[in-house]
Amino acid sequence: MAKQIVKMTLNGQQIEQLVDSRTLLVHFLREQMNLTGAHIGCETSHCGACTVDIDGESVKACTHLAVQCDGSDVKTVEGLAEAGALHAVQEAFYEEHGLQCGFCTPGMLMRSYRFLQENRNPTEDEIRLGLSGNLCRCTGYQNIVKAVQSAAIKLQQKESATA
Amino acid sequence: MNAPVKTPEERKADLQGMGDSRLRKEDARFIQGKGQYCDDIKLPGMLHMDIVRSPVAHGRIKRINKEEALAIPGVHAVLTADDLKPLNLHWMPTLAGDVAAVLADEKVHFQMQEVAIVIADDRYIAADAIEAVEVEYEELPVVIDPYAALEPDAPVLREDLQGKTEGAHGPRDHHNHIFTWEAGDKTAADAAFDHAPVTVSQHMHYPRVHPCPLETCGCVASFDPIKGELTTWMTSQAPHVVRTVVSMLSGVPESKVRIISPDIGGGFGNKVGIYPGYVCAIVASIVLGRPVKWSEDRVENISSTAFARDYHMDGHLAATEDGKILGLKVDVIADHGAFDACADPTKFPAGLFHICSGSYDIPAAHCSVKGVYTNKAPGGVAYRCSFRVTEAVYLIERMVDVLAQKLNMDKAEIRRKNFIRKDQFPYNSAFGFEYDSGDYHTALEKVLDAVDYKALRAEQEQKRADPNCPTLMGIGLVTFTEVVGAGPSKTCDILGVGMFDSCEIRIHPTGSAIARMGTITQGQGHQTTYAQIIASELGIPSEVIQVEEGDTSTAPYGLGTYGSRSTPVAGAAIAMAARKIHAKAKKIAAHLLEVSEADLDWEVDRFKVRGNDEQFKTMADVAFAAYQQPPEGLEPGLEAVHYYDPPNFTYPFGIYLCVVDIDKGTGESSIRRFYALDDCGTRINPMIIDGQIHGGLTEGFAVAMGQQMPFDEQGNLLGNTLMDYFLPTAVETPTWETDYTVTPSPHHPIGAKGVAESPHVGSIPTFTSAVVDAFAHLGVTHIDMPHTSYRIWKKLKEEGVQL
Repeated sequence: MAKQIVKMTLNGQQIEQLVDSRTLLVHFLREQMNLTGAHIGCETSHCGACTVDIDGESVKACTHLAVQCDGSDVKTVEGLAEAGALHAVQEAFYEEHGLQCGFCTPGMLMRSYRFLQENRNPTEDEIRLGLSGNLCRCTGYQNIVKAVQSAAIKLQQKESATA
Repeated sequence: MNAPVKTPEERKADLQGMGDSRLRKEDARFIQGKGQYCDDIKLPGMLHMDIVRSPVAHGRIKRINKEEALAIPGVHAVLTADDLKPLNLHWMPTLAGDVAAVLADEKVHFQMQEVAIVIADDRYIAADAIEAVEVEYEELPVVIDPYAALEPDAPVLREDLQGKTEGAHGPRDHHNHIFTWEAGDKTAADAAFDHAPVTVSQHMHYPRVHPCPLETCGCVASFDPIKGELTTWMTSQAPHVVRTVVSMLSGVPESKVRIISPDIGGGFGNKVGIYPGYVCAIVASIVLGRPVKWSEDRVENISSTAFARDYHMDGHLAATEDGKILGLKVDVIADHGAFDACADPTKFPAGLFHICSGSYDIPAAHCSVKGVYTNKAPGGVAYRCSFRVTEAVYLIERMVDVLAQKLNMDKAEIRRKNFIRKDQFPYNSAFGFEYDSGDYHTALEKVLDAVDYKALRAEQEQKRADPNCPTLMGIGLVTFTEVVGAGPSKTCDILGVGMFDSCEIRIHPTGSAIARMGTITQGQGHQTTYAQIIASELGIPSEVIQVEEGDTSTAPYGLGTYGSRSTPVAGAAIAMAARKIHAKAKKIAAHLLEVSEADLDWEVDRFKVRGNDEQFKTMADVAFAAYQQPPEGLEPGLEAVHYYDPPNFTYPFGIYLCVVDIDKGTGESSIRRFYALDDCGTRINPMIIDGQIHGGLTEGFAVAMGQQMPFDEQGNLLGNTLMDYFLPTAVETPTWETDYTVTPSPHHPIGAKGVAESPHVGSIPTFTSAVVDAFAHLGVTHIDMPHTSYRIWKKLKEEGVQL
């Protein structure tokens, strides 16, 4: 299988890796980079457990080739906390009981992280629509919605504190 | 300055014990992507397994050619049933007393059945190689309909059982018949119907559905040929049972088999059974002497691992003219698929279906369940419910609605009239269950008041009268009782092992603790809630109590987590183990305080000398003393193990009400309101209870409104991806309102009954009740699930509903 060199920024670090051209991003992250936060739930883009952030967009890593990320800025759930401090979405999911088995959580967090940059002050309906590419079998979404609402407030407060 | 002395209430709050909405201990790793699920495990030298599956639902294997696959670089082995035969592992026993093929032996019985395995360097090469394995099939006639399977001239599905007239559960009267199981008193039930002024009957099909946890099944098997030890990480809800079965199958002594259930991405009953994939990965690891990983994909998960339900039910009620139920009769045809692989207690091939007399005082009842083989995947697990309780609750709640309609009675009124009264508990049902406790009337009135039931009915009447109203409004009401916490070992066992559960607690010298149980959390939050039970019992802050489960080498033997049994059984074991420690601690405290035990009072976290508040020893003081200066005659240390064999099941109940609006033009439904009152007895963590209820209601919504596994005549499953199989997103999912009453279980050490499955069990008939209610004024008494927009639209057309 033809291998290619792929350079990307992964969670803030420059990396250069040799990958098979057919390797999916989720397998590259999980097996080559040992970042097992992104999970595989369907391999068809439906469940969103593999959601990562690529160049400012939410992407499902199970249907994206690693070689497509050459030159990209990729962030996974492992890169969400900065300088040892949890991101507001991580805090909020914990405080609002927005997770149970935890399998969808990394994808939910990464989607929420991006969604709250797309829409800083969302309504409940907007949150539900914004997260509709991510499935959860445990929570019934109610506390996930609460967590995203809470994270939005946290981020707004943080923003006004630094303004 | 001394620190201010805390009041007992403040000290109690510091413990974060029972009743506290303590945030979850397990979350820290999950929110940082540091959970460890099965597919996250990577061992040096690990190989990958993939499975060649049958494209046909019924066929004879004429030939398998491995050569091309074996020629692919990186492929280590291709194994078929012929390779497993010398090891006698080509078939395996099921939990239901049948056998199931590990790899298809001459014949395939369902589409996607396991035919061969490939072991390769990585998952990509393995996936390439399964495409290169050539299998030639001779197609055989396919049987999908269980009624057709029982026709005299139906094709023989299980040739391996030909001539066998006795099955694990009694006589077989047809080549596709598995068992007939009965409960109750047929003579008494027939007599009740003979003299009843009113009888109603209804046929209903509870569709085949799949639990579909977000994480699929998989394992990493690692056999150490030098030590002869087998370690397997597995997506299992019952690791100890798996260890016993693996030892029996493989011949490796149980002491050298270690099963570890790591973090599990949801189970919902799907991860109770032992699948061919697990067995094959273990065999491959033993044969090759290297670790082997198997991770199934979503299509494999839905197509071949355990389904739920598929009950074709005929219900009959006999009643007086004013709505008092006199008798219940139920006949079920149960489609079990190709192998009987239900995960039920041994003596109950239809699980606890005989809870189908529900919350009602029914004097005479009988049920009969007939299990049938068809060309579908095996299973029949309890999808977020106790064994077949969902089917039972659906049956009785539907029948009570049907009777109410026949008598033109209100749904609430007929239930009030037939409820088991508070003063009748403990109540012996006509099927032989002893209901532990309940207060159905109080709970019902609470819900009706909360939603203003009268106003809802008035609104509905008004809308029905208005020809221009664009919607049909339906009100669903369900008043269910579950039976969970299996179970007393005198009646319940799995493969002969009694369905007890266990807990071991060790208190360390500095007053922190580690506790291990025979269950395994899959999102329920055991690491949080179990610690709360210990905190309340022993006065140790839950923050310093580590809870570990799932590793058979460290945890005491237990039967696992399913059927809402963790709190009723393991939760009781925890309280009892803690009480053993408490009793020893009291002796040590008396010794330290130089008084007799009779002079001590327990207060939150300390033993106090009665009448002298200054004289006390905290549990932490006692813990240190247990290792430093135990009283003479008492062995050092502070730990206990308890195996709890429950005296009875527990009987959680709930009252659910749903308001649905159906678009007359499109058939689209909108859940306007869903009010769920649950009574699970003592509440350990209200935050987690609410979360479990939200999740269970959402799974119930999925089942009622969209989930099904349709098959075509050739046995092709027409819906095995998440494109076709309905898992609701945040957009479709309704907003849930929760409420509760507390009626503790009198026989449980802390009064808890279990909760996580009630919302699934109770909500499904509530949705159906609401959808049918929307059509009730047109004389409709029942509509089968799933209530998709298309199916509702067809019903609108059928009933001539005009926009």
